[in-house]
Amino acid sequence: MNIAVSNVKPLQLALVGNPNCGKTAMFNALTGSRQKVANYPGVTVERKEGVFVTPAGRHVVAIDLPGTYSLRGRSPDEVVTRDAILGRLEGDPRPDLLVCVADATNLKIMLRLVIELSSAGIPMLLALNMMDIAQYRGIRIDAEGLSAELGIPVISTVAVNPDGTGSLVREIDRLASSGLASNAPNWHALDAGEVRNAHHLADALVARFVSKPANDRDWTHRFDNVLLNPVGGIVILLAVLFLIFQAVFSWAVLPMEWIASGFDWLAATVAAVLPSGLLSSLITDGVIAGVGSVLVFLPQIMILFFFIILLEDFGYMARAAFLMDRIVGGAGLHGRSFIPLLSSFACAIPGIMATRVIENRRQRLATIMVAPLMTCSARIPVYTLIISAFIPNRQVWGFVNLQGLVMFSLYAAGIVSAFAVAFVFRTFVWRGKTEPFIMELPGYKRPLLRSVVLGVVQRAVIFLKRAGTIILSMMILIWFLSTFPAPPEGAADPAINYSFAGIIGHALLPLLSPIGFNWQIAVALIPGLAAREVAVGALATVYAISGDASGSTLSSTLATQWSLATALSLLAWYVFAPQCASTLGVVRRETNSWRWPVAMFVYMMVLAYFASLIVYQVAVALGG
Amino acid sequence: MSAAINSKTPPVPAAVRLGEGACGLSGVVVAVGGRDNPANTEFDQELERRLLEIGFVEGAHVEILHEGLFGRDPIAVKVDTMRVALRRHEANAILIEPDARVAGRGRS
Repeated sequence: MNIAVSNVKPLQLALVGNPNCGKTAMFNALTGSRQKVANYPGVTVERKEGVFVTPAGRHVVAIDLPGTYSLRGRSPDEVVTRDAILGRLEGDPRPDLLVCVADATNLKIMLRLVIELSSAGIPMLLALNMMDIAQYRGIRIDAEGLSAELGIPVISTVAVNPDGTGSLVREIDRLASSGLASNAPNWHALDAGEVRNAHHLADALVARFVSKPANDRDWTHRFDNVLLNPVGGIVILLAVLFLIFQAVFSWAVLPMEWIASGFDWLAATVAAVLPSGLLSSLITDGVIAGVGSVLVFLPQIMILFFFIILLEDFGYMARAAFLMDRIVGGAGLHGRSFIPLLSSFACAIPGIMATRVIENRRQRLATIMVAPLMTCSARIPVYTLIISAFIPNRQVWGFVNLQGLVMFSLYAAGIVSAFAVAFVFRTFVWRGKTEPFIMELPGYKRPLLRSVVLGVVQRAVIFLKRAGTIILSMMILIWFLSTFPAPPEGAADPAINYSFAGIIGHALLPLLSPIGFNWQIAVALIPGLAAREVAVGALATVYAISGDASGSTLSSTLATQWSLATALSLLAWYVFAPQCASTLGVVRRETNSWRWPVAMFVYMMVLAYFASLIVYQVAVALGG
Repeated sequence: MSAAINSKTPPVPAAVRLGEGACGLSGVVVAVGGRDNPANTEFDQELERRLLEIGFVEGAHVEILHEGLFGRDPIAVKVDTMRVALRRHEANAILIEPDARVAGRGRS
């Protein structure tokens, strides 16, 4: 990018507003794709920064602050917004100008915040966003009068239109050239009485400067009458989820095959170029195969996020949270937990990252802790392998396919146990304190494809960064465990049997034999910590099957080598076991503490062990 | 704190708790917060401020628009120009005077 040499410091601009005010659309309109998404240091709050140049040639650095209704800072997101505005963030300069973004159809709630923001001592301007919707609905706002009363410029904008932010940018230019001077902040947390007073001031402003027609052409309630219908709404939600799952699992097949064969090709090419030895093994088996085994989920994650962001922008996700609140709320979770749990069906990693939308820390932690119990797609290869080897492909009760029924039961077991674990957390760890569920239901809006695509790309980049850091380091560790020490000369068994993984697997055997695992399974579980489906390849390795690892050869070998009880026990194990080091790494990162990943590992391990123990012993007793 | 708020805005006898209302109930908020559980005062103050911040303030016009399927919970409420979803448990911290009575007494 060419940045003109200029000795003028770029203008620091912060966008602030309520959730759902179209602030992010405004940010996208101002900065286009020139955005950087990172985390604020020490907290898992996304920091979105973008740059743009005004018509007068002024460079502007814009920051999209997390949406909030007040500066009180109840959640990590809101704390960032407050601290950024008050100049308390380390490494971030205090903004020169605050752009307060208001939903023009719901001005009052933002005016309340503008009144509070005026104590921050930073020059402000108020952007009346979604002016097109307000005009359609016949809402008239006297911007000049409001501006005179508030003492700040008031600009109409339509962030989703190509030229809808022109007047805003010109106003920023005008303000910047006339000189922007900040005062020291004199903000304090408002008490209930002060919030009431601010509301009454805002009410008075709305009464004077906003007029609404008697018959409001608001479409939102018509949509809601259908989408929030107690019965119909849930039926529609289930249908939407069904369609999303269909898309995630059918559209992703081809790109996943491309990625998998791409990594195979890369590994083969590197292996051909490098002299065979440790370095070649580290790069091909460790780095390329390992990262490839996780990156293969990228298409599913992108498709899932496409739908989630699309529905979020439309306004439906808040409705989904409303419809699901009672169902997930019984377990002590929040309606908003629903989206992260949904994401976890593709992969727990984006699911855990998506818990950031949950304001309450306990509910966020509870959601993180149960997210890996949702059946992620890495379990599918393992389930498919065992089911095809052991479960007869026949109909039961006339119309149900037995293999499909087993697959469904495994999904159901994951969901039911997630709810049970969340309930136990609420009852015994946090002593039943229920947190309030209070959430705005935004008006429906036509989603903007450009915004949705931008959001999906940003999610993908974040996932790739994780793959480049946490996942890569886990892969190298697991490669190390499976490779060293090298087998002795003329060893008969596969090399992995002599490695640390083999040693650990054999050492664990006495513990694992009560649940029906043989040493081959025990050894395969160690590399399977990289990603669950890696265990399939590892089983092929320990059974010394060359060629097509996931194909029918392995399946028929297993069918002769394992008892049905062992197979069922391994299925039960995979429902619960924390067989994914990357998930634990992401939990460590998202919670900023080792406590939660350790707790997760322990509780999932205990559940897995006892589930397998019961399944195996019952199956043996029944003659399996 | 909550006691002070109680004395400032005493519950009007005709007022009902928003959390006990059925779909279609509309009215004007007459009191927010100040619930009668002394063991929970800190939580109440937090709840009160959150309700205020999202627009449940004395004088606001509210209407219950939708209810959930199970236990008719949570509820979707129109608060002046915005829609808010909340559980009945939280909505019980809001006292409203139903519209018909407001009209009958000429209260603004």
